Amino acid sequence: MAKDQLMDYQKALEAYEVVIGLEVHVELNTNTKMFCGCANVFGDEPNTNVCPNCLGFPGAMPAVNGKAIENSIKIGLALDCEIAATGRFARKNYFYPDLAKNFQTSQYDEPIAFEGTIDIEVPSGKVFTVAIERAHMEEDAGKLTHVGGSTGRIQGAEFSLVDFNRAGVPLVEIVTKPIYGAGDEAPELAAAYVRSIREIVKNLGVSDARMERGNVRCDANVSIRPKGQEKLGTRTETKNVNSLRSIERAVKYEIQRQAHLLSQGTAIIQETRHWHEDRGATSSGRPKSDADDYRYFPEPDLVPIQPSKEWIEQLRATLPEKPAIRRKRLQELWGFSDLEFRDVVNSDLLDEIDDTVKAGAKPQAARKWWTGELARIANSEDKDIAELAITPTQVAQIAALVEGGKLTDRLAREVLTGVLAGEGNPEEIIAKRGLEVVSDDGALLAAIDKVLSEQPDVLEKIREGKLQAAGAVIGAVMKAMDGSADAARVRELVIQRATEK
Amino acid sequence: MSVLNKSAHELASMLASKEISSVELTKAQLDNIDNLNPKLNSYLIVTHELALAQAREVDELRAKGEKLSALAGVPIAVKDNLTTIGIETTAGSKILKGWVPPYNATVVEKVLAHRMPILGKTNLDEFAMGSSTENSAYGPSLNPWDLARTPGGSGGGSSSAVASMQAPLALGSDTGGSIRFPAAVTGTVGVKPTYGAVSRYGLIALGSSLDQVGPVTRNVMDAAMLQDAIAGHDQMDATSLPESLGSMTEAAKNDSVKGLKIGIIKELTGEGFQSGVSERFQEALDLLVAAGAEIVEVSCPSFQYAIAAYYLIQPAEASSNLARFDSVRFGLRVMPEGAATVEKVMAATREEGFGAEVKRRIILGTYALSSGYYDAYYGSAQKVRTLIQADLAKAFEKADVLVSPTAPTTAFLLGEKQEDPLAMYLNDIATIPANLAGIPGMSLPVGLASEDNLPVGAQFLAPARQDARLYKVGAVLEKFLENKWSKSMLDFAPELKVN
Amino acid sequence: MSEITPELVRHLAGLARIEVSEAEVAQFASQLALIVESVATVKAAVSDEIVATSHPIPMANVFREDVVKPSLTQAQALSGAADSESGRFKVSAILDED
Repeated sequence: MAKDQLMDYQKALEAYEVVIGLEVHVELNTNTKMFCGCANVFGDEPNTNVCPNCLGFPGAMPAVNGKAIENSIKIGLALDCEIAATGRFARKNYFYPDLAKNFQTSQYDEPIAFEGTIDIEVPSGKVFTVAIERAHMEEDAGKLTHVGGSTGRIQGAEFSLVDFNRAGVPLVEIVTKPIYGAGDEAPELAAAYVRSIREIVKNLGVSDARMERGNVRCDANVSIRPKGQEKLGTRTETKNVNSLRSIERAVKYEIQRQAHLLSQGTAIIQETRHWHEDRGATSSGRPKSDADDYRYFPEPDLVPIQPSKEWIEQLRATLPEKPAIRRKRLQELWGFSDLEFRDVVNSDLLDEIDDTVKAGAKPQAARKWWTGELARIANSEDKDIAELAITPTQVAQIAALVEGGKLTDRLAREVLTGVLAGEGNPEEIIAKRGLEVVSDDGALLAAIDKVLSEQPDVLEKIREGKLQAAGAVIGAVMKAMDGSADAARVRELVIQRATEK
Repeated sequence: MSVLNKSAHELASMLASKEISSVELTKAQLDNIDNLNPKLNSYLIVTHELALAQAREVDELRAKGEKLSALAGVPIAVKDNLTTIGIETTAGSKILKGWVPPYNATVVEKVLAHRMPILGKTNLDEFAMGSSTENSAYGPSLNPWDLARTPGGSGGGSSSAVASMQAPLALGSDTGGSIRFPAAVTGTVGVKPTYGAVSRYGLIALGSSLDQVGPVTRNVMDAAMLQDAIAGHDQMDATSLPESLGSMTEAAKNDSVKGLKIGIIKELTGEGFQSGVSERFQEALDLLVAAGAEIVEVSCPSFQYAIAAYYLIQPAEASSNLARFDSVRFGLRVMPEGAATVEKVMAATREEGFGAEVKRRIILGTYALSSGYYDAYYGSAQKVRTLIQADLAKAFEKADVLVSPTAPTTAFLLGEKQEDPLAMYLNDIATIPANLAGIPGMSLPVGLASEDNLPVGAQFLAPARQDARLYKVGAVLEKFLENKWSKSMLDFAPELKVN
Repeated sequence: MSEITPELVRHLAGLARIEVSEAEVAQFASQLALIVESVATVKAAVSDEIVATSHPIPMANVFREDVVKPSLTQAQALSGAADSESGRFKVSAILDED
């Protein structure tokens, strides 16, 4: 694949204005699928959560999941959208092996929610107001596995296998209006926007919101135009952006790629592109043939949705606080500086820390553990921090043990490792591995005496008041105690002992 | 009189009083099928073993004194576009040859719950597209009245089976007249219930906003009992009516039409109709007037656009409904030569698996929905529906039921209308408006046309949810006619010579 | 309003994934042209104010409870498949070898 040429980012932003548009698909965590009673679960044997409807068998008919409607309305309300007086389902017709009916039951010109707005804060602190075009309901397609090609990709595959367990899972598609004026912060804005959507749907309880699981998916539309030009540039749509980091990188990449092409006088092709995280680049997707003519028409097997005003107000009353408000509240509550708080937010650890504090930990301690050791471990294992096998409650327990002096930082890190390895709860691990801080002065004194007797000159120095000499003793004692001593206490005892003798 | 000629409600009584067993009845029915079907091709598949097993079970339960439903033990034929567990379901198409559904249509579940042995699956135009069964991939069915003629379509298999005593009654489906037109040309009774009165779950969809399942029988009471057995709300069908429409069986006991206002639809009389058809139709009306009914004239000007609207809406919905036949999950798979992509396999499969009429309508429907043409075609056609509903609403202010000949002609010859699809579409001119509007319609036999001695049907229409009105007037008219003839319509049928 | 040319028929057949033969293209083009002519009358019959009827019997808000119902077994799901492997439907490659 030929490598794209990229214009320098700053140069690109000097010459061109960036317009972005974001489409986010949210997978709802209802018990059943959108249009049938099959279980909405991940990971079961293929084609075991299927029925005539989600398999597209002849004669099958859809039946709407009322909970999904409720969840969709809640998402709309959380985005300050207007809820449709009449929402209608429509068929989006196209052929693909993972599409059981060869049409997707979606919504077209009568979506359940539209005309919303959300404020997004980027790392620099600037706040953008993003206009929401619509939020509509649709169903997911099945899962394709490509066999025979390299790395399981579609190119060069010999054949494909289809599992329809995922087919029919409820999705809500949220579409922004074109976002102008983000300038060089467009990539950060895109990521921050998706982060906020994740937060919203997670706090609403309507989605597990795990990007690595595909619960939240983002397609990023990017176009640029020469500064001062009114006419919008041709936009590309980039798919396969599976993480917030990818969104930022992909948007930035497209800006640079398009800028280079335009500067050479080459037109931008309107197309769908794929993001490749490993390469850090987008590539051209399949050329669009007839895919654009979806021949939408109202779904004749389903009747319109006309949510009553009472129901909408009932649902509105159940909404949790908006992310922006929640963040302000938490920052104040925890007493974090702007920098500290932003770090937490940008690391996507807001919920983890919130839960850890709720489980009893001090906010700073919670922050320290999550943004420090746990983030480091996740990084080194190339995992998402959410994938680590530890709960906020367990982290709170560890923090409490350190606070109470039962564990040193070093010991605590060992306990952490034990939890992550699945050895059990912190208390269990301490017992099993015998990791408790030796707070028994007797044992400490024994070790100290031994070292002091081996280092009489150090003993002299301490007696003379050269307390820094104690360092060597402390080190030796710590080593002898295998790190299970509290260093501060050892120092106290060393000095006490030395001056005693 | 042979047990084969008896009505379903008579058979039901005989079974209840143990005058006959279900096994005897079913066996006699199967023997007749074995005799006639090779020639008539009414059935695509005959389920001998299954039917007899079901019959045996009913007899055993009855012997034990179990309380059984009215139609228990009466065997029935099922149109082959309704899914049946364990029984091949083809929709009259090559693309579904050999497909055995893993689930039952709701109406089939009901039939089984009523313990009616299923004799087999009847022939139809492919995917119910047609008016003669000549579009079936498995050959046409023949009209027992004249073996050179078609029994109508799409449900010609059910109507020819019932008309030739190969089944006491049958299930059909009606999208533009597929129950009513075959009824008219075979001298049987066919009813399309109000849209939503009967579940469509398991009916292989043609035009989703037009389709309904309904009874195909030899008389009005049988149709009433069968509609009662299959109707009702179904949570698997979001368009099914939440409420019951009441008992059609009770309605069919009606014996008076005094004061009944019958509206003749101006646009469905006159020149376009075979004179023998108009004659018998008029006589039927005279009988009703003599019995105290009142005739009023109504006009539905929007009917002139009905066929056009229908032949946009139905192909459009069908083009989408039939997209699922793609070789992936069930049905035919044709592998083109060389290394083919799945798209090529789909395209080759659909080319070979679908017949010409189906392909034609899919392409037409795709056109009607395509970008740039939606407003002019599909969109406009859906607006015509609004006009038709408005005209009918006005008409029903003046009349309790509306009436017309069911079809412009009597049964036509095999091959007669194959050249010109448009000519075939015109058969439906009187039946289509009911599907567009969602209102119920019944065709019942009113005599033989003098030109050709072939059956003529009259169609009654009622407002949505007022299906009972059809059975009320139908029962009375039928009684008068049978009194006049001193026999029933099918007694006029010539003896069938199949060997 | 474009007429039904063979090119259009090929395009529509492509959208509908039907590999029509050239003979069919010609036949369908002329037959469809006739049909389209006659159905084009609907456009003239309606004005902008008329609302389309997509459902003949008006109803709204038909929902079901979010309760799991029994699914088909894997064997039932695959029972009609022309080809399957490891519990999945098997299809030919999706893209042409390039």
